[in-house]
Amino acid sequence: MSVTEQGLLERDKDTMTLNMGPQHPSTHGVFRVILEMDGEIVKTAEPEIGYLHTGIEKNCENKRYIHVIPMTDRLDYLNPPGNNLAFCLTTEKLLGVEIPERAQSLRVIMCELARIASHLVWLGTHALDIGAMTVFLYCWREREMVLDLNEEVSGVRMMTSYIRVGGVAKDATRPWLDGIRDFIDYFPAKVDEYELLLTNNPIWIDRTQGIGVLSREEAIDWSLSGPALRASGVNWDIRKSHPYSGYEKYSFDVPVYQGGDIYDRYRVRIEEMRQSREIVKQAIEKLPAGDYKTPDNKVSLPPRETLDTSMEALIHHFKLVSEGISVPKGEAYVPIEGPRGEVGFYIVSDGTNIPYRVKLRAPSFMAIPGIWELTYLASQEYSCPT
Amino acid sequence: MGLIEDAAERVGTEVNNLKLNVQDAVEAMAHEYAGSLYDSILTTKLGKVVGWAQKNALWPATFGLACCAIEMMAMANSRWDAARFGAEVFRASPRQADLMIVSGRVSQKMAPILKQIYDQMPEPKWVISMGACASCGGIFNNYSIVQGVDRVIPVDVYVPGCPPGPEALLYGLIKLQEKIMAEAGTEKAKKRAA
Repeated sequence: MSVTEQGLLERDKDTMTLNMGPQHPSTHGVFRVILEMDGEIVKTAEPEIGYLHTGIEKNCENKRYIHVIPMTDRLDYLNPPGNNLAFCLTTEKLLGVEIPERAQSLRVIMCELARIASHLVWLGTHALDIGAMTVFLYCWREREMVLDLNEEVSGVRMMTSYIRVGGVAKDATRPWLDGIRDFIDYFPAKVDEYELLLTNNPIWIDRTQGIGVLSREEAIDWSLSGPALRASGVNWDIRKSHPYSGYEKYSFDVPVYQGGDIYDRYRVRIEEMRQSREIVKQAIEKLPAGDYKTPDNKVSLPPRETLDTSMEALIHHFKLVSEGISVPKGEAYVPIEGPRGEVGFYIVSDGTNIPYRVKLRAPSFMAIPGIWELTYLASQEYSCPT
Repeated sequence: MGLIEDAAERVGTEVNNLKLNVQDAVEAMAHEYAGSLYDSILTTKLGKVVGWAQKNALWPATFGLACCAIEMMAMANSRWDAARFGAEVFRASPRQADLMIVSGRVSQKMAPILKQIYDQMPEPKWVISMGACASCGGIFNNYSIVQGVDRVIPVDVYVPGCPPGPEALLYGLIKLQEKIMAEAGTEKAKKRAA
């Protein structure tokens, strides 16, 4: 009998069944968990999802490839550039187009800034739930800087849609590059500041160390990815194992910790913010000159000035605007390393300008099935000490 | 003898002069400030005072749905600082809140819960529909998203954008404050409080 069938808030032996969410102060998003509590210890947690089911995959089936990109922004709304990139890389794999080096660097910069912004939201809200309001305010202070940079280059704070099939939406601007230089000088001291507030804080340590432990095997079995996997001692980062967008050119470390608890997941993310800043620094220093999108006019619009002189350019422009990109028949999957783990799109194309099927591999969704089983197994160990 | 009388007479004259001066000054002041004295006395309706108090202490329910919730958090945070408008106290329980900011897309599964949370809020209560999805379904015209939260609960202010920036939400908040003030003391406000 599942916990739900027994009814909520019902006392059963020594434990109490408690409903958490979907509206709850610490669910930043809508997610319901049915908890079996023994005092303050969560013995089992049964997740219930679907409160934010949006049907994006279905919508993608009647949108042109270019129109899918704004939909991907809103999948994981803390990492829009990463989602754009995963979709574009998969489409580009089907198309077989080469992406100019400058476009690749711009994509990397956007994705790493998004990783920093995403980790800041995680850190801020997590600290807030434990009662550290200061960290929340500090994290948002730095996040606003990243959002301002997004707005400078793409016109939007969050849903940038900056990465497009064939390159990026527009070239880097001078204020944007200057802003990033300022940010990478400013940011490391701020990460130290968060660490000063939390890393040796006894309350933080009490409430994170040894809690929610996932062993190396469990983490792999439950298909975890990203920081959660690396905190359990698995050195797995798609940026290193299957480099894309020129990640092989940058030197950065992949932080790995062995504890598998919340504290180690915190340390992995803190270190990742520093490494992301390193990558952005290198990308800015070595930003190549050249095109910001592919010169292939079947994929990206020809430059505006050529439309007045070249009939061919005009035809390409008309075809691309009225019909969109036609992707050859086939199927492809390209994963990227998002802030939460492996983000990947599986696209089936039937040779038209509309994808036949788009399947998303979202890291948090893949991690959810493990919650129930893991807490259940943990409770078995808890009740039968050997 | 003559000296003392002289001195007394002089002091008396001085005192009289001072008295006259003071009287003149008071009269001049009364004349000068007569206008603003009347302005500093407030006459108002009790309803207006209640409305003024309500608009400056809107307590939103902690109710984040999707992307817009992140911008809603940004609005409450240090840079945009909703505290300037008295709306920074996000309450975890709907029983303590009088403003619901529907921040994001409402799925068919979430709609009954949203309605329940709205019903749990004590009167008078207001609703801001934040963003395109909450207002009309936005880009998600499909089987799972409610095409506008006004199909489930009444909405006072719609904030456009996808997602609206914190400044847009603050503007929506100011518009709501104006609405509360305009309604204050009228039949509408009475109905709302009932």
